[in-house]
Amino acid sequence: MTSLTASHAADLVAALLFILSLAGLSQHRTSRSGVVYGIAGMALALVATVVMAAQSITAGAVALIVLAMALGAAIGLWRARRVEMTQMPELIAVLHSFVGLAAVLVGWNSYLEVEAHGTAQTRIGADLLGIHHAEVFIGIFIGAVTFTGSIVAFLKLSARIKSRPLMLPGKNALNIGALVAFVALTVWFTVSPDLPLMIAVTALALALGWHLVASIGGGDMPVVVSMLNSYSGWAAAAAGFLLDNNLLIVTGALVGSSGAYLSYIMCKAMNRSFLSVIAGGFGIEAPSGGKEEQGEHREVRAAEAAEMLARARSVIITPGYGMAVAQAQHPVAELTRQLRQRGVDVRFGVHPVAGRLPGHMNVLLAEAKVPYDIVLEMDEINDDFADTSVVLVIGANDTVNPAATEDPSSPIAGMPVLRVWEAEHVIVFKRSMASGYAGVQNPLFFRENSSMLFGDAKQSVEEILRALTGDGRHQESAATRQATTAGR
Amino acid sequence: MSSREPAHPSPQRIGVVAESASGETRVAATPATVRQLLDLGYDVVVEPEAGEASGFSDQSYVDAGARIGEAWTADVVLKVNAPAGSEITRLRQGAALVGLLAPAGRPELLQALADAGITALALDAVPRISRAQSMDVLSSMANIAGYRAVIEAAHVFGRFFTGQVTAAGKVPPAKVLVAGAGVAGLAAIGAASSLGAVVRATDPRPEVADQVKSLGGEYLPVDVAQETSTDGYARATSAEYDRAAAELYHAQAQDVDIVITTALIPGRPAPRLLTARDVAVMKPGSVIVDMAAAQGGNVEGTVPERAVVTDNGVTIIGYTDLASRLPAQASQLFGTNLVNLLKLLTPGKDGRLVIDFDDVVQRAVTVVRDGTVTWPPPPVPVSAAPAAQTTTTEPDPKPSGQQPGLTPTRRFALIGLGMLATFLLVAFAPAQLAGNFTVFALAVVIGYYVIGKVHHALHTPLMSVTNAISGIVVIGALLQIGHESRIVTALSFVAILLTSVNIFGGFAVTRRMLSMFSKG
Repeated sequence: MTSLTASHAADLVAALLFILSLAGLSQHRTSRSGVVYGIAGMALALVATVVMAAQSITAGAVALIVLAMALGAAIGLWRARRVEMTQMPELIAVLHSFVGLAAVLVGWNSYLEVEAHGTAQTRIGADLLGIHHAEVFIGIFIGAVTFTGSIVAFLKLSARIKSRPLMLPGKNALNIGALVAFVALTVWFTVSPDLPLMIAVTALALALGWHLVASIGGGDMPVVVSMLNSYSGWAAAAAGFLLDNNLLIVTGALVGSSGAYLSYIMCKAMNRSFLSVIAGGFGIEAPSGGKEEQGEHREVRAAEAAEMLARARSVIITPGYGMAVAQAQHPVAELTRQLRQRGVDVRFGVHPVAGRLPGHMNVLLAEAKVPYDIVLEMDEINDDFADTSVVLVIGANDTVNPAATEDPSSPIAGMPVLRVWEAEHVIVFKRSMASGYAGVQNPLFFRENSSMLFGDAKQSVEEILRALTGDGRHQESAATRQATTAGR
Repeated sequence: MSSREPAHPSPQRIGVVAESASGETRVAATPATVRQLLDLGYDVVVEPEAGEASGFSDQSYVDAGARIGEAWTADVVLKVNAPAGSEITRLRQGAALVGLLAPAGRPELLQALADAGITALALDAVPRISRAQSMDVLSSMANIAGYRAVIEAAHVFGRFFTGQVTAAGKVPPAKVLVAGAGVAGLAAIGAASSLGAVVRATDPRPEVADQVKSLGGEYLPVDVAQETSTDGYARATSAEYDRAAAELYHAQAQDVDIVITTALIPGRPAPRLLTARDVAVMKPGSVIVDMAAAQGGNVEGTVPERAVVTDNGVTIIGYTDLASRLPAQASQLFGTNLVNLLKLLTPGKDGRLVIDFDDVVQRAVTVVRDGTVTWPPPPVPVSAAPAAQTTTTEPDPKPSGQQPGLTPTRRFALIGLGMLATFLLVAFAPAQLAGNFTVFALAVVIGYYVIGKVHHALHTPLMSVTNAISGIVVIGALLQIGHESRIVTALSFVAILLTSVNIFGGFAVTRRMLSMFSKG
């Protein structure tokens, strides 16, 4: 066993551990061991690489490595401990940007090591040189797109910039033009590797990443974040090609394809193609303004809502991004506990694109100690709405819009939605009558069996809780069902 | 609450009339639905003894708030079956009549109603779209009839349905074949399997297989390609299919104890599924319930409205009133369907019937309007893209606008092109790159399959873990640091720092998240 074969063996074992890690994360039961596999794989890969590297560099460089890792670890652990669960999308976006930037730096280093020396370099065989040029470019391109894309996503998610889609004239032409320019630059670079070309491609990719994400609106963020996840994987794989390192290729490909698959799930949940998300579908085709006036809505007060809930047999709560914004998950969880103690069957129905991150709602509810076995996916729960007494729609809008199934002219027609309107009563928690992200009016609000509970979701739920615990004594009074039927 | 049409202060009167058809035990409203009709603002008058056969006394209607009296002269007359000629003359001119009118088969009835100046609403013309499910009388009656068909068969069949091992010997379970897995067929499958029988089902639409399974039945496919239904109803089958199906039925006839046939095609005579030859090979004591008897029967030898015994001891039941044999249940569901239709037709809840022809449901049920025949309505497809999703005679066709998938030829062409491109790429690449490509392609495939089964709740932890793992790009920087100029080392230092944040932060936050997930 030489040190080289040992390092190859370590790479293979690490790659297998990463596969085990991803496989473990597919179920609750095995998810924690999945993380352990991942950590083990990463530790093995790092140790093997550092040992290999240490053989050919000075002690000072090794100290630098340790310093950089210690600093990074300190920052990373600190952020991980502090982050609010509602801010998970931002954290993930910012971490993606790091991978992207690192890939760009690795690409530049590789250029400085090889191409910058011109014909004097000895690292790469002459026959592989052309390929190396192309690999440098591809690596930098993917990395830079990931970097600025993630930065914009982060800024949008943390509301530091407007989440409205940026509408440059001919935006699709701009994106395609950038790709064409990239191909042209790559060909040019393989012929004559020059520093200006390196700068040009980096700038081009940074601009493309920025524009790509800037022109996608806030509601499509689950797709964007998983897409960037995928890109960060491809960036790592490209770095692997560049350095002829199989572990990087395998890991990058694993992450890349998993992110792509997640994006696909998200797109399917919105009944849109991946391309139409990238091209920024919804907001553009202005929804027909004529249908605004859809009838009257009924209002309900927290006390009445509490009474309805106390009398319900079964309750389904459908949360959306609004719940995260209002930080309402804790009172909602408390409400769930109260109702379950009274023998009410409470479950959650989560739409795949609810929130700003795939699985965002699940994490928020888990944080608030809602047991995961009552949090169901749209397909699992959609047939049960018809037997449900009360549905609470908290901060969701487009994902519960009946127009998606009933109005073929609606911009969201065909998107699978939670069929909340089939329940006996629907209570919609909302700040005002404004329409949702898609800018589509929601006929749900005007249904006979729905009532609106206006105000901040967190405060509303807390008021319901107070009403529920306050006059719990006489809640079973003989008042007839008719008397409380949504809004007199 | 909006108050429309203040010009009409007095509410309209709804009349619930007694059924005259022999053997009809249903009634169009029960005391429970009368209450809901009153809530819509109507006055309700019930003909004396209208609910007697369903077990609802006049007093129970009075208790619900109705009056007992002359119901035929009401503004809106609710009825189960189509009226006889003499009954039409009892209707007031300009009145609305709601009931099962079978508009497709009886043009002369529609003309008679039109001549009498009636507005007629046919409950059996409700389109099969999600929104109208709550009014779909055919579905609710078919459900009852399917259940009752099993009960009738069990009554005649001289054995248990369920298998048992007793001290007196072993009893094998009865084998039941249900032909047609529409609403009635599915109800029959559910009822028979909950009695303990072994249930098999056939249907030309392969997409119903899951529904059959969900009710405890086994789906027997006929191996011939069939189109998917676009309007929620079964359609006529091809000659090739019929031949294969005939073989299947002949084989099954020799094996099963009970056959329940439910095959109907709208506007056509019932298809013949079992011939006399098939019946002849059945075991003595076997029972056939032909639910299509009224439309000519699926079985050769069926006599409508009667049960007959063949020479080889097989009983063929051809009752056409299966739903009426469960009168209280049937009246309740029928009445509720009617209330749901009237809710739609009474937008102001002010006891005034308004028909809006722009609404597809209202347009479809209205077969005569103010003396003009308005049947048939323009077609209403239930599904925007027929290729995409299951569309069945189950009353829940899921409308879907999913993009149709690629055709097989195009898919093969695309896969072929991709494979060719990969081949050329690797074949012309230097050995090192070829090796890299191999690893890359296999890892992509593994990643896809590993992720494919991830539970939806774990998407966020999955992303943060993949995020940490993609910090593996640190290896690149580790291999570069300290080798070249200062710049390279500096850049590598930054890269290592950033990716370390990623690695440590990613794993730590994933662990934190996972520790929060708890089972209830």
